[in-house]
Amino acid sequence: MAEAAEKIQIRTEVSEPASKINLEDEKVVLTAEKVNLYYGEKRALKDIDIKIPEKRVTAFIGPSGCGKSTLLRCFNRMNDLIDDVRIEGDIKLNGQDIYDRKIDVALLRRRVGMVFQKPNPFPKSIYENVAYGLRIQGEKSRRVLDEAVEKSLKDAALWKEVKDRLNDSALGLSGGQQQRLVIARAIAVEPEILLLDEPASALDPISTLKIEELINELKEKYTIVIVTHNMQQAARVSDYTAFMYMGDIVEFADTNTIFTAPAQKQTEDYITGRYG
Amino acid sequence: MNTNLGNHISQQFNNELEDIRNRVLLMGGLVEQQLTDAIRSLLENDQELAEKVIENDKEVNDYEVGIDEECTTILARRQPAASDLRLVITVIKTIADLERIGDESKRIARMVLNIGDRSYDPKRVQMIRHLCEYSQAMLHDVLDAFARMDTEASYKIYINDRNVDKEYEGVTRQTITYMMEDPRSIPWVLNLMWVARALERIGDRATNIAEYIIFFVKGKDVRHTGPEGIEKTIKE
Repeated sequence: MAEAAEKIQIRTEVSEPASKINLEDEKVVLTAEKVNLYYGEKRALKDIDIKIPEKRVTAFIGPSGCGKSTLLRCFNRMNDLIDDVRIEGDIKLNGQDIYDRKIDVALLRRRVGMVFQKPNPFPKSIYENVAYGLRIQGEKSRRVLDEAVEKSLKDAALWKEVKDRLNDSALGLSGGQQQRLVIARAIAVEPEILLLDEPASALDPISTLKIEELINELKEKYTIVIVTHNMQQAARVSDYTAFMYMGDIVEFADTNTIFTAPAQKQTEDYITGRYG
Repeated sequence: MNTNLGNHISQQFNNELEDIRNRVLLMGGLVEQQLTDAIRSLLENDQELAEKVIENDKEVNDYEVGIDEECTTILARRQPAASDLRLVITVIKTIADLERIGDESKRIARMVLNIGDRSYDPKRVQMIRHLCEYSQAMLHDVLDAFARMDTEASYKIYINDRNVDKEYEGVTRQTITYMMEDPRSIPWVLNLMWVARALERIGDRATNIAEYIIFFVKGKDVRHTGPEGIEKTIKE
């Protein structure tokens, strides 16, 4: 009887999903506070507050133009490259303001790596693609480079497929392999965060699953933030999901909550395919 | 909370969800009829009606299989999320309990055939009359709550199940008294007790469905949380 009562107690706890996000047990690595972004007159991000937990996969979902890629690009200052962009608010990486004047942007982008929708390998050999980041950091030791290339390719689940042709051109790889190569290149410099902007949307289903599997493995070492149009993908790979709409974060919660019982009607309408 | 099934960009998806919901209601109507007929066959010792109940149970089973199949197709082809996902889960669970209620009705009909004409005692059969009414009302109310996805009504059903349980206990005591008074009555009083047991189970299954309705509307699993837990969830 006592045992049964105990079981019931446990169930009660399990059956209560958090309606709000609870990051108490997580180490937050990146925080955005009151971030506003303007493209000229247009306000693309509105008072964004978000905390990105370490060694977790956080997904941003939302309709086209909701600001999810814009927000992602704020995290390694890719928006700096666009004319007429103005950013307000604070973004801190491990407590350090990344928009501080003293920040070396090249160094920041090494700490916060990024992978885009279309694989963009350099027109060089597979080996040189992965070694590239270390080389521009001044690494000359062949042994160090060899080790880093092998380790990165293994981490990116590409080593077995390319180990016998490291000197072949990266452009000869398939789209899925190229994307994994680009991920290997990004992780070769050991970033703290990996930003993935639609990393699988140009890939076939099998390559997509390989990338998703890879994301799952990479989160043991890296913090990952992914933007995706594919909601099922967000549901499959992420631990936390933020739903964005018209420059706002409408709801940020653990992925299970978002996909089974979201708190906001807008989230519900979007993920169930309703017109709001 | 959005309990509206429509408004999907895909009209076809609207139709599919609407269809499974409607079929649950049709199945519910049939099961309700089965229970009504089973109880009438008992109270009026109508052997023919009892046979009909047993025969019609196949139809209930067919409903379950058909709706299950449709739900599987929706899961495979639509990958429903949030309230859509909860609806499909709720339907799958609800029809399993409805099918069991159908089985209990069939069981009651079997007892009517077992008791037979010779030992039938119209006076003693009256002792389970209240239990019959309670379980019928619970089934009726839960189907009504399902049609409207009404959490308040679901909560009432949950509370009403206690009356069924109490009534069942009373019937059990009474049957024991009968058996002690007149050992020759044991075979048929035992049958009557099995009927009472079936009715009590129907109350439990109606309560299960009430819990699924709350899960669908509120997104929270309230099973085993007790009346306070359910009340709290509903008020959220």
